[in-house]
Amino acid sequence: MTFVAKPRIHHPHLPLNEIGLTRRDYEGSVSTLCAGCGHDSVSAAIVQACAELSIPPHRFAKVSGIGCSSKTPSYFLDKSHGLNSVHGRMPSVSTGANLANRELFCVGVSGDGDSASIGLGQFAHIVRRRVNMLYIVDNNGTYGLTKGQFSATNDKGSTNKKGVPNLYEPIDLASLALQIGASFVARSFSGDKQQLVPLLKAGLMHRGMAFIDVISPCVAFNNHNGSTKSYEYVRAHSDNVVNVDYVEDHAEITADYDPGTCEDLRMPDGSTLRLYKLDDKFDVHDRVGALNYLQRRQEEGEVVTGLLYVDPDAADCHDILDTVPTPLNALTEADLCPGNANLERVNESFR
Amino acid sequence: MQPTNIFDPNYFHKVVDCQWACPAHTAVPEYIRMIAQGRYTEAYMLNWDSNVFPGILGRTCDRPCEPACRRVRTEEKPVAICRLKRVAADHKGDISAYLPKVPTNKNGKRIALLGAGPASLVVARDLLPFGYTVLMFDRDPVGGGMMRSQIPAFRLPADVLEEEVDLILDMGVECHFGYDIASMKDMLDMDFDAYFVGTGAPRGRDLDLPGRAESAEHISIGIDWLSSVAFGHTTAIEGKVIVMGGGNTAMDCCRTSKRLGAESVSVVVRSAFEVMKASDWEKEDAMSEGIPIINNRPPKQFVHENGKLKGVVFECVKAEQAEDGRLTYVASGDPDVFIEADHVLMAIGQENHCPWIERDIGIVFDKWDCPVLDEVTFQSTNEKVFFGGDSAFGPENIIWAAAHAHEAAISIDLYCRGLDLKDNRPPEGVNLVSTKMGMHEWSYDAEHDPRARLIVPHANKRQALDNIKIEVELGFDLRLAAKEAQRCLNCDVQTVFTDRLCIECDACVDICPMDCISFIENAEEAELRTRLMAPAMNAGQDLYVSGDLPTGRVMVKDEDVCLHCGLCAERCPTNAWDMQTSVVHIPQLGS
Ligand SMILES: Cc1cc2nc3c(=O)[nH]c(=O)nc-3n(C[C@H](O)[C@H](O)[C@H](O)COP(=O)(O)OP(=O)(O)OC[C@H]3O[C@@H](n4cnc5c(N)ncnc54)[C@H](O)[C@@H]3O)c2cc1C
Ligand SMILES: Cc1ncc(C[n+]2csc(CCOP(=O)(O)OP(=O)(O)O)c2C)c(N)n1
Ligand code: SF4
Ligand code: SF4
Ligand code: SF4
Ligand SMILES: [Mg+2]
Repeated sequence: MTFVAKPRIHHPHLPLNEIGLTRRDYEGSVSTLCAGCGHDSVSAAIVQACAELSIPPHRFAKVSGIGCSSKTPSYFLDKSHGLNSVHGRMPSVSTGANLANRELFCVGVSGDGDSASIGLGQFAHIVRRRVNMLYIVDNNGTYGLTKGQFSATNDKGSTNKKGVPNLYEPIDLASLALQIGASFVARSFSGDKQQLVPLLKAGLMHRGMAFIDVISPCVAFNNHNGSTKSYEYVRAHSDNVVNVDYVEDHAEITADYDPGTCEDLRMPDGSTLRLYKLDDKFDVHDRVGALNYLQRRQEEGEVVTGLLYVDPDAADCHDILDTVPTPLNALTEADLCPGNANLERVNESFR
Repeated sequence: MQPTNIFDPNYFHKVVDCQWACPAHTAVPEYIRMIAQGRYTEAYMLNWDSNVFPGILGRTCDRPCEPACRRVRTEEKPVAICRLKRVAADHKGDISAYLPKVPTNKNGKRIALLGAGPASLVVARDLLPFGYTVLMFDRDPVGGGMMRSQIPAFRLPADVLEEEVDLILDMGVECHFGYDIASMKDMLDMDFDAYFVGTGAPRGRDLDLPGRAESAEHISIGIDWLSSVAFGHTTAIEGKVIVMGGGNTAMDCCRTSKRLGAESVSVVVRSAFEVMKASDWEKEDAMSEGIPIINNRPPKQFVHENGKLKGVVFECVKAEQAEDGRLTYVASGDPDVFIEADHVLMAIGQENHCPWIERDIGIVFDKWDCPVLDEVTFQSTNEKVFFGGDSAFGPENIIWAAAHAHEAAISIDLYCRGLDLKDNRPPEGVNLVSTKMGMHEWSYDAEHDPRARLIVPHANKRQALDNIKIEVELGFDLRLAAKEAQRCLNCDVQTVFTDRLCIECDACVDICPMDCISFIENAEEAELRTRLMAPAMNAGQDLYVSGDLPTGRVMVKDEDVCLHCGLCAERCPTNAWDMQTSVVHIPQLGS
C-alpha cells in the first residue's frame, strides 16, 4: 500500500506513440497491493503493451474476478471500460462483453484461485468457446488476498511460508487451455518484461482465445525457499522455448537471432508475428507436442515459458456462432426489426 | 561501468543541483525544509554559516542556483530559492546564541584585510573565532564595499545591509575606515602576519568616442555615479538620460535615474537583448518601471553644442549567428539614429585596477592586470598576500566573494600555523542519514507539488518610483513562503540502493514516475545512456550504477530528473531502496 501519490508529471523525453499518447496515459490509479507484488509488474507490462500498440485506451474492456490479481485492472487503463465481477466469474462477464461489442479489445485478468478453483468451470468453457479475448492469469500459487492458502496451481510438495507441504497435484492452466481449444497459449514471468510485453501485444492482437499464464510471485505469502513460484525459483528453472515480437507491418528482421531460428507468421489482420525459437526440440504449431513437453518439463521441476502454441487462423466464437459483424449497440432499428413480411415467413416455418 | 562510489562526497553533492551550483555550496533544500517547518532562525543560521549575508543575498544574489534547479528540467521554473532565503532573514528570531564565540585571548597573529567589502568581511568572520587579530582598511567611511556603494537602496535597504555587516564588525574587527591605501609597500612595512586584498574591481570602463572630452561634464561612469548617490553626494539627475550598457550596473543606473527625477530614461545596448549580461529579473524590473531597452545600437559619437551635451548617435546593427553558434553583428543597413540626451551614464563594465600595489614587491600581475594566484589557496606570488572577491579574477558578485574568502581564510590560517596550504586543507565529506520513520513514513515531505512558481509581491509602483529608499520587492509573506517551499524537490534526500537486498521484482521501475530506474546488462556509459527506460541525455548528471545482481544485470539510475518522491523506496519490498539525507561537509576554517 502506498500513501505517496504518484505524480502526474513524467520524463521530459518520454516517447509518444502513434496517437500522441505516452505510456503514462495508459496507467490507472496507484496500486494498493503489497510492495513488490508480481501483479504490479504484470499491470505495468499491460500498460506498456497497450501504449506500444497505439490503441486508444477507451477501446479496451477489462474484466476481472476476485483476488489481488483481480484488483489489478484498477491499476491500468483508467480511461477504459471495466468491471470487477464476482469470484471466478470473469469469464462469463467477458463473454457477454465480447459478444455485445466485438470491436472492443477484451482483457480478462484473473488469479490462480479465481480461475483454477472457484472459476475452473467458467475457465474451461470460455476457452472451449474461443471467446475473442486476452485471458491473463496472475499465477502466484496461492490465495494472496485471503492470506496465503495453497491454490490449485501450487506444486505438490512445495511448502507454505511455515514449511507445511502441499499434498495435491497442481492444475496446469496452460495445459488445460491447450487441450480445450485456445488458439494462443503462452506462459511468462512477471519479472521478465522483455518476454512478457511482446507476448501481451501478440495476445491482444490475436483473434480468438489468447491465454497467458503469468507466474507472478506473491511477496507476502509465496516468495520463500519452499515455493516453486518465487522470484528466485522461477528465474533458476525457467525454460524459455519461443519468444515473439508483434510487428505491425512485415518489417525486416533486425533482431540479433540466428536466421534459421526465426519464423514469421502472418496474422489475419495483415500484421506479423515473429517467432524466435530458442529450443529446436519445440514446435509451436504442434498442440499435442507442446502438451507433452509441458508435462514432462513440469515433472522435472522446470517452468516452460514463452509462446507455447499459436494458430492465427483458428475460428473464434464469432465465426462459430456466425454473429452479426456490427457491435450490438450500433445496430439500428432497421437492422433489428425483421419487418412484418419476414416475421410472417419465420412464423410460417414453425406451423 | 564500475559501481558508483556514493561515499565520494561529490557524488550526492552533485545531485543537489542548487547546492552544487552555489559557489559557497549553501545547503539549499535543508534550509527550505526549515522554512516549511517555520524554523526561520535555524534556516537563517544555516545560510549564515556558508554565505554569511542571507538577508543581503536573499535580495541581491545573482542566484546561480536557480537556473541549476532540478525543477527547471522536470517542469519549467526553478524554486524561488533566493527569495526564500530572504524569508529566513526577515522572520528570524534572536540569533545571538548561535553565533561563534570570539576568544578574548588572541593567538598573537595580526591579519590586515584591505577593503571592507564582502570578501574581507567573510575572511574576518572566519578568522576571528580562532583568535586572530583582524584589522580592516577601507577608503569609504563605512564597511560593506560595493554592497553599500553600488547596490541601490530600493533593492537593498540600508538597515538590512548594516545589520549583517555590523554583525561581523562587532565580532571584534579593528576598523580603519576613511583610510585610502596608497601603497602596498607601506602596508607590508607594517609587518602583519598575512594580508588579504579584497579591494574589488573598482574602475568603471570608459569609451573614447568623438565628443567625449567636450561633453565630459554630462557624462558619468556608472559605478562612480551610483556610489555618489549611495553616499548622498548626488541626489538628483535632470533631463533626458541615456544609460549605455546591458549589465546589472546599467539596470541599477537606469532605475536610480528614474527615481532621482530624470525626465526620461532609456537603456541603449550595443548587443542583442538575449545576450545582455543583466539578469532576466533585473531586465523585467526595469522594463516594468517603464524604461525602454534599445538593443543592437553601438554608440558612434557624442553630439554637443557649446560644451553642452545634445545626444548620442548610434549605429544600427543586427545579430547574426556565426557557424560556431556565437552572435556576430553586422550593419543592418538602417541609417544611424540620434537619441537626445542631457546626461549619459556609462555602464559598460568594470576592471581590476590596483595602481597602489607596486609592481616590485613580489606580487606578479597578468596581462589583464589581475594578480597571479593559486586557484585553490588564493595565495599570490608574495606568500604573505592573499586575494579574493572581485580583486582576484575580475568582477563577479557577492556570493563568489564569500566563496573565495572561505578558501582564503583556510589558507591564511594554515600559513600562520606554518602548515602546507594544500596538504592540510580540511577535507570534504558526506553523511547519509535515513529518513525512514516507519511504514510509509518519512521524515521529509516526499509528495510532489505540481504548483507553478509563486510571484514575489511588489510595492506600489508609483510610490516606489518616487522614493529611492522604498524597497521594490516586499518579499514572500509566510503563507506564500510555505507554499513556495513545498515546490522544492528535496534533492538532498537521496535514493540509496543496496544491491544485496534487491530481489529484482521491478516494483521500483514500475512505480517511478520519471523512468529513472533500469535493470539492464552493464555496458560502457555512452551505451548505457541510450538503453535506459528513458534516454539519459543530460551528460551533466551522473548515472548511479549498482554492483552485479543475481540475474547478472545491474541497476542503473539516471539522476537527471529524479523527483526524490520516495516512491521507489515505498514500493520496494526489501528496503533495497532507502531515502537518505545527504549532508555534505563543505570545508571551512575549523571544519
Ligand atoms: C552597480 C552594481 C550592482 C551590483 N549588484 C550586485 C548584486 O545585486 N548582487 C551581487 O551579488 N553582486 C552585485 N554586484 C557585484 C558586487 O557588488 C561585487 O562583486 C562585490 O561587492 C565584490 O566584493 P569585494 O569584497 O571583492 O569587493 P568590493 O565590494 O568592491 O569592496 C572593495 C572595497 O575596497 C575598497 N578599496 C578599494 N581600493 C581601495 C584603496 N586603494 N584604499 C582603500 N580602500 C579601497 C573599496 O572602497 C571597497 O569598499 C554589483 C556591482 C555593481 C557595480
Ligand atoms: C464466492 C467467494 N468465495 C470466496 C471468496 C474469498 N476469496 C477472496 S480472494 C480468494 C482467492 C483469490 O486467489 P487468487 O485468485 O489466486 O488471487 P490472488 O489474491 O492470489 O492474486 C478467495 C478464496 C470470495 N471473495 N468470494
Ligand atoms: S498478498 Fe501476495 S498477491 Fe496479494 S498483493 Fe500481496 S504480494 Fe500480491
Ligand atoms: S525518488 Fe525514486 S521513484 Fe521518485 S523519481 Fe526518484 S527514482 Fe523515481
Ligand atoms: S523494488 Fe526493491 S527489490 Fe524490487 S527491483 Fe526495485 S530495488 Fe529491487
Ligand atoms: Mg493467487
